[in-house]
Amino acid sequence: MSLSLAFAAILLAAAAAGWLGFARARQLRATTRLHSLPIYHGSYAALWAAIPAMLILAAWAPVQSRLVDQAVLSSPEGRALPVFDMQRQAILSEAREIAHGEREQGFNPQSTTIAPRIRSEEQRFALIGGGAGLLAALAGAALALRRTGPQFRARAGVERWLMIVLFAASLIAILTTLGILLSLMFESLRFFRLYPLPSFLFGTEWSPQTALRADQAGSSGAFGSLPLMWGTFFIGAIIAMVVAVPLGLMSAIYLTQYAPPRLRSWLKPILEILAGVPTVVYGYFAALTVAPVVRDFGLSIGIGSASSESALAAGLVMGIMIIPFISSMADDSIAAVPQSMRDGSLALGATTSETIRSVLLPAALPGVMGGILLAVSRAIGETMIVVMAAGLAANLTANPFASVTTVTVQIVQLLTGDQEFDSAKTLAAFALGLTLFLITLLLNLIALHIVRRYREQYE
Amino acid sequence: MRKRVRRRYASERWFRGLGLAAVGLSVLFLAFLIYSMASRGLGGFVHHEARLPIDFARSDLFLDPATLHGPDAAQIVAGADLEGAISKAAAAAYGPRAATLFSDAAVAKLSNAIVAQPDMLSGATDIWLPVASNVDIAAKDRGDPVAERLVDALAQRHALRQTFNRQFLTGSDSTDSAGAGVWGALKGTFFTILVTILLAFPVGVLAAVYLEEFAPRNRWTDAIEVSINNLAAVPSIIFGLLGLAVFLNVMNFPRSAPLVGGMTLALMTMPVIVIAGRNAIKTVPPSIRDAALGVGASKMQVTFHHVLPLALPGILTGTIIGTARALGETAPLLMIGMRAFVAAPPGGITAPATVLPVQIFLWSDEVDRGFVEKTSAAIIVLLLFMLVMNGLAIYLRNRFERRW
Repeated sequence: MSLSLAFAAILLAAAAAGWLGFARARQLRATTRLHSLPIYHGSYAALWAAIPAMLILAAWAPVQSRLVDQAVLSSPEGRALPVFDMQRQAILSEAREIAHGEREQGFNPQSTTIAPRIRSEEQRFALIGGGAGLLAALAGAALALRRTGPQFRARAGVERWLMIVLFAASLIAILTTLGILLSLMFESLRFFRLYPLPSFLFGTEWSPQTALRADQAGSSGAFGSLPLMWGTFFIGAIIAMVVAVPLGLMSAIYLTQYAPPRLRSWLKPILEILAGVPTVVYGYFAALTVAPVVRDFGLSIGIGSASSESALAAGLVMGIMIIPFISSMADDSIAAVPQSMRDGSLALGATTSETIRSVLLPAALPGVMGGILLAVSRAIGETMIVVMAAGLAANLTANPFASVTTVTVQIVQLLTGDQEFDSAKTLAAFALGLTLFLITLLLNLIALHIVRRYREQYE
Repeated sequence: MRKRVRRRYASERWFRGLGLAAVGLSVLFLAFLIYSMASRGLGGFVHHEARLPIDFARSDLFLDPATLHGPDAAQIVAGADLEGAISKAAAAAYGPRAATLFSDAAVAKLSNAIVAQPDMLSGATDIWLPVASNVDIAAKDRGDPVAERLVDALAQRHALRQTFNRQFLTGSDSTDSAGAGVWGALKGTFFTILVTILLAFPVGVLAAVYLEEFAPRNRWTDAIEVSINNLAAVPSIIFGLLGLAVFLNVMNFPRSAPLVGGMTLALMTMPVIVIAGRNAIKTVPPSIRDAALGVGASKMQVTFHHVLPLALPGILTGTIIGTARALGETAPLLMIGMRAFVAAPPGGITAPATVLPVQIFLWSDEVDRGFVEKTSAAIIVLLLFMLVMNGLAIYLRNRFERRW
């Protein structure tokens, strides 16, 4: 018996319990008055049958896979496997696929011999877990069905269950945040045990290539993140913002203050399309179309070091991507300025542009600033554009035609190679991820705070 | 005085012009982006085929038509040296340099044709087969001189034609750009997004209902609110790291599977749905709740029988927009290993798969020039999907949203 079979059996048991409860309550209704509708009696029984059993199954599934691995490894066939962890994992996963019938034969002969063992162990443990789940389902159904009766408040019972489900759904957001924080921190701590925190934060050399032999040059690997931070900041917060802030702000001003309604109803969706283009498309555009133009321009004005993976190309395209975002944030904060202030300025004889520049913009400034901060946080977390258009060389340079690298590029680089999970390289990716998460979190909190404070002022 | 007024009006016109220029520039960027993808990518939907006169009776193929009627036919054909036969036949028909006229895509097409019609093996036939990518490039635009000469020779003998590239829509990833297609990636995308919607939609809607209708105002709810608002702004690659650390390393889910990709994207999409859902629920007027409570409905009945159905169009709009974002997402899926080379369409949510944006990323890294137009063509497919989804969201918003 596999767990999916147990899952189906529990669903079936729940449906049967629901139908039994419904039928019994309907029979009772023929002779007496019920507190709750028959459908609630049925749902009550079905919920009691399904939810506790499903919880047991969900908790069991990850435990089972560990237990199976342990049992297989301690069996005589399992002890014959190579001790080296990566190789063993590869054979195990191959054997798992054979056991599940996803492939006929393994690349490694050992996986074929161990597959039947996996199958039998899985069946044994699934019988335990699935049996426990099914027992829970039957017990729940029996308990619930015994209570069916004219006095029983089945609706209240169902609503209590629903309330629990609703609360659990809202908890997932917190669990996700906690999961992000804990998993990043856990792996980062392991990294900082291998590599000291101060040299990670303030080191200026980034060369994660660890050599295979200890006597090779550069075998230690340097993880000074300063050049990455600079590259991220340079592309996301300087170049992209130089493009996006003026264009986004002026677009918002034009759309809200000048554009005739018909034109606006056309232009706004077009800007929204710009925001909806997947980042991988922007990345391809940056790498294939923008980068060569930028490099040729750099060479033509006499910058010999102009690279085809320049910071400028990635930053420009990222700026274009951010335009709609800034535009809509600025739109919101300009719309939040009270009409009376605008009317007052116009009534004093100021032209529209003078009103915008000396009344609307200063009043909307905190909101606009908050929007820009949010845009920066989005730009520095953006991955695909920089992965495809920015380089890998960790340079501390302010030359926009040179190649710089960013935090997100390095995370992708460190994690997409084939290597074991515990090496300093993969752990460094989590440390970078933690840094990125904390920076964006800080930016978001400040921005949301500014925006909220500013909204309250005018309400 | 008049001079000053004139100056002020001039600056007014300037300012207005600047605004228009800013919007115009953004629109131009979009137009240029679409133009550059279309001009490169439309070629990916067509390809060139060349006529190959092949005499099976005289080739060295040891294939007996009589054995090719069972379910093993495809395997038997695959065992024969079709590649060599094609290469010899092409060299015989068009000269020695045509030996590399056809690539793997042609072998695949020929073997399918043989399986469908084993009787063709007994005689000589003419069959149109897709040419190798360097010849295809030479025929469409400009390629290397050898391929150019080959194209000229073929064209003179009317042995070259341009047809719709069905392989692109029905094939999977391939090392041979002539045979590469997006079907495998589309199927992977479908499974991934299915998992995402199945997880994120119910959880998001229920969380929105709880926060808007039932949650007491206390520190706990504040914490939930703050974390939802924050999750909506967390970089997508962080979700990928979470998926890698929790789903793959702790829970031992299969790598590269749509199941894990869908779960990771669901965590990313859920806050978007919660925020949209809360806004939609907020717009349902309190009078509806009061009326339902007044005739004796319980709080739960009010919510699920009245408030939620009225808020549904708004929630669906938010869901579609969130899903469209997840559809275009690449970085988190790279983290959980969905960048593997997968040459067959996935059969389920636990089979190794890739998705369309990742496929685009992988193809953009290929050295073979034939992949350039394939990448752009795949981008056109992706953009069409986004357009359809966003159009659907706008339609829903305009058609069903009620102003109270």
